[in-house]
Amino acid sequence: MAHIPDGILSLPVLIGGGLITAGGVALALRRLDDRMIPRAAILGAAVFAGSLIAVPVGPSSVHVLLSGMMGIMLGTATFAVVLVILLLQALLFGFGGLTTLGVNTVNIALPGVVFALLLGPAIRATPSGVLRAALAGAVGALSVLGTGALVASSLALSSSEFTPVASVLLATYLPLAVGEAFVTAAIVGFLARVQPEALRPVIASSASPSAPPSTPSSAS
Amino acid sequence: MAPADLRLRLLAAFIAIACLSQLHSLAVAGVLLALVLPLAWFLGPLAFPWRRLWHLEGFLLLLFATLPFTMDGRPLFTLGPLVASLDGVWRASLIAAKVSTCVLVLTVLLGDVEPARLGVALRGLRVPERLSRLCVMTMRYTSLLRDEARRLHDAMRARGFRPRSSRHTWRSYGNLIGMLLVRALDRAERVEEAMLCRGYTGSFPYHAPPFPPLRDWIGFGAISAAGVAILVIDRL
Repeated sequence: MAHIPDGILSLPVLIGGGLITAGGVALALRRLDDRMIPRAAILGAAVFAGSLIAVPVGPSSVHVLLSGMMGIMLGTATFAVVLVILLLQALLFGFGGLTTLGVNTVNIALPGVVFALLLGPAIRATPSGVLRAALAGAVGALSVLGTGALVASSLALSSSEFTPVASVLLATYLPLAVGEAFVTAAIVGFLARVQPEALRPVIASSASPSAPPSTPSSAS
Repeated sequence: MAPADLRLRLLAAFIAIACLSQLHSLAVAGVLLALVLPLAWFLGPLAFPWRRLWHLEGFLLLLFATLPFTMDGRPLFTLGPLVASLDGVWRASLIAAKVSTCVLVLTVLLGDVEPARLGVALRGLRVPERLSRLCVMTMRYTSLLRDEARRLHDAMRARGFRPRSSRHTWRSYGNLIGMLLVRALDRAERVEEAMLCRGYTGSFPYHAPPFPPLRDWIGFGAISAAGVAILVIDRL
């Protein structure tokens, strides 16, 4: 359960999450120039659509978070995309909540951005398919575990009585991390073969990410 | 009573839910849930949100299973070495009542939001232009890409694909999502070129919505005042 609903967290945790999200979104908006927004929006919509498919893992079924994937493809712009996806999920499906938007955005986006920043350059540079798959799987699995740890600590920080619940929740993230590792490795392998420029968090056809919008983009 | 103006409705819902989520007393939260239930049943814009509540059950069950044993207080019953406390049961009930009430209030106030109007409302609430543009475009493409995902999924099923807990399943889903992303990125490029061709200058023209009528301000005031009043009663 990556979406914490309204009515559980304490006020300091909600405010802290909101502040960190505001900072992350400010970073994201600096990265999101006019040429990047259509790509970010359509990627966000694809991740939203992909997250509606339930993947069976052991006895239960989960849906992929793909935050590591978004981190590799969008960089810090992930914060804005995750915030938008969570707002839409709260309004259209009632998942998550309004007051927890900030905390949930941090929990999902931050691990993806951090691990993609750390391992992304190696993923793009390596010529070996096996190494790429291993690194991409690591980004996927670590992002999910990071999300689990952040969800658990948001609960534990809100009230110490939640600690046992939080550790049970953390255990349910283990199978999800395994599934996410395989799915992320498969997606990155697929994109590296089919459209390697998609793995860069800038519009690849222009020399610099801040190229004026009038520059025609070359067909991929 | 909910304001028709989406800006005020979003603000009122946020204030009310922020107040309700900080309640401390089970009596207030329980009475409130009892009041909101029939409201959602009869006046809600959607059918009663069973699925939204169902989505929370796993977490709430986990709370009822653990909180009585981890909180100290008057013992209720003993299970081997574990002692269940009355305080823990109360605490779990309080959270269940608050969480359910918040979901119901969200559904009653914002269940019938038209996604197409959300962008203008966000812009009216001083959300940065790029963020609301991202929101508008994400909404626009979600239904399109969901159809695309369904088509690819149907094609996999037509080839005899059965999801199981296996590496083959995970790899197939990876390829499915990878294909979805490749098509989406190509589409993003085509869309951008088409928009530039039609004189897109980098932002959508927004018509500032009219100033909300007095009725909407009254509804906004009533809902947020009710939220604050409930919080004050709770703390007395």
